[in-house]
Amino acid sequence: MASQLAAPNQLIQSKSSLGQILDKTFIWITRICAFSIAGVLVLIAVQVGIEAIPAIKAFGLGFAFQQDWDPVKGSYGVLPMIYGTLMTSFVALLLAIPIGVGSAIFLSEDFLPVSFRTVLVFLVELLAAIPSVVYGLWGIFVLIPLIRPFGEWLHENLGWFVLFGTSPSGPGLLPAAVVVTIMILPTITAISRDALTSLPPELRQASIGLGGTRWETIFRVLLPAAFSGIVGAIMLALGRAMGETMAVTMLIGNSNTVNFSLFAPGNTIASLLANQFAEASGLQVSALMYAGLILFALTLLVNVAAQWIVMKVQKF
Amino acid sequence: MYLTRKSSDARSIFNKAMTVLAGSLVVVALIPLLAVLSYVLIKGFSRLNLDLLTKLPPPPMAPGGGIANAILGTLIMVGLASLISVPIGVASAIFLSEFSPPKTAQWIRFATNVLNGVPSIILGVFAYAAFVVTTKTFSAYAGAAALAILMLPTIIRTTDEALKIVPQEIRWAALGVGAAKYQTVLQIVVPAALPTIITGVTLAIARAAGETAPLIFTALFTQFWPNSLSQPTPSLAVLVFNFATVPFKNQQELAWAASLILVLLVLTTSIVSRFALRRKTY
Repeated sequence: MASQLAAPNQLIQSKSSLGQILDKTFIWITRICAFSIAGVLVLIAVQVGIEAIPAIKAFGLGFAFQQDWDPVKGSYGVLPMIYGTLMTSFVALLLAIPIGVGSAIFLSEDFLPVSFRTVLVFLVELLAAIPSVVYGLWGIFVLIPLIRPFGEWLHENLGWFVLFGTSPSGPGLLPAAVVVTIMILPTITAISRDALTSLPPELRQASIGLGGTRWETIFRVLLPAAFSGIVGAIMLALGRAMGETMAVTMLIGNSNTVNFSLFAPGNTIASLLANQFAEASGLQVSALMYAGLILFALTLLVNVAAQWIVMKVQKF
Repeated sequence: MYLTRKSSDARSIFNKAMTVLAGSLVVVALIPLLAVLSYVLIKGFSRLNLDLLTKLPPPPMAPGGGIANAILGTLIMVGLASLISVPIGVASAIFLSEFSPPKTAQWIRFATNVLNGVPSIILGVFAYAAFVVTTKTFSAYAGAAALAILMLPTIIRTTDEALKIVPQEIRWAALGVGAAKYQTVLQIVVPAALPTIITGVTLAIARAAGETAPLIFTALFTQFWPNSLSQPTPSLAVLVFNFATVPFKNQQELAWAASLILVLLVLTTSIVSRFALRRKTY
């Protein structure tokens, strides 16, 4: 016993050189994998950009302001698709913000017992898990027939208003926008709710203590305090809305014209890509790549802004 | 006396009205979920039989048939995508939570979130540019590559979260008894976080199985069995898209049945992961 304790130098050895090499290799492998994630983003931009070069040379910036998309004549412009993308996203946000933020408030307050509330929160999140193509199928057979009488009424009574200018013909901007609303609801609700529940409880206590009612507290104290988090949620939802493809493709009617009526068929950049890529050739492929690059840039911009806002908020 | 608020007070009425309004907004948000689920269940259930799982899709106007080739195609492509994305994703998350300086980790997490927000159709466009253009053929490889990128952010985020929860003392203990860093991570930390990692991977797989946009012009579709990884390959999601827009009743029924399979897959994984994520090893 005593002799063992006397010679600790011989018992404690530094790691073998093989072990050290294994350690270094392991760390480097994980490092390369992690940096490749950022690399993928760059790679997507570069790869799509290279393929788009012929179209960029041929059409320049006018591509975004040109109305004509005609593979036969070889003239390409994506103004109608940009309009469709922005319009469906805008209408979807208009519908989803009140419903989403309203649900977020209701589910962050103690109106219901906790266990019941968790179930409701989970159900709202499930909306995001259903595949886009299933929403599209449902939209074709259920939503479009459901919206039609409502659209006809609007057209008959308010037809002078440009948004209701045509009678509903089936597929169109409105059904597409309604389905996008459903798909972005969970994003808005979940992140807004996180922003609301992570507020310090002192804010609420102080407001109630001063005699405010619950909803006065919500409107004048909690919502302003959680404002940037809610804005982040809306921006994230906007990014999703602009890139949403399958359900929109199945419901928007895919007509490459600008029509201001909500009931008229239109197109989005994402649906244009989904519809035409498989059969495209020559300059058309390049023009589609250019359109894809525009969509990538738009969503990237919105996403980076959203992530930045959400990241700033999480520091509190 | 002065401290009570009358229930007929305008403020009290506004308070009650807002509560009712917010509650009904939750109901409005949940109506689509119930509507979609019940429709898919009712419409899809009638065709859920052995033929569906073993037979090829019928030609237009012909009765019967199934979606077996699409099921196989989805399994192949999602499997291939998992083979690529699971090792890379888990390794990246290990770097983020175990080895990375905090600033670097913050930037890579930022990039992961941004990648998560990239529309899935753009991943399809990328796979088209990288594979279909260079090999001049639609293929299962191209589809799997797009799905792999799609799965990465989910895998990284859940693994990263799972590793962060493992208590620091366990790492110290392992290093203290002389384990190397790779031994600590691979034999102690990762096994402790394994249930959560598996849950995350399952969620990513379920989501990928339902994705159509990355496959529609990379893997394309065929009416036949997939016989090579470098040829057009059918999938459930693209089948739903194709058959939803044809005017034949038989095809539409198959589209509903395929939707039912996709929805059941997503529902079960979501619900199971909900419970699995609560469990802790330490």
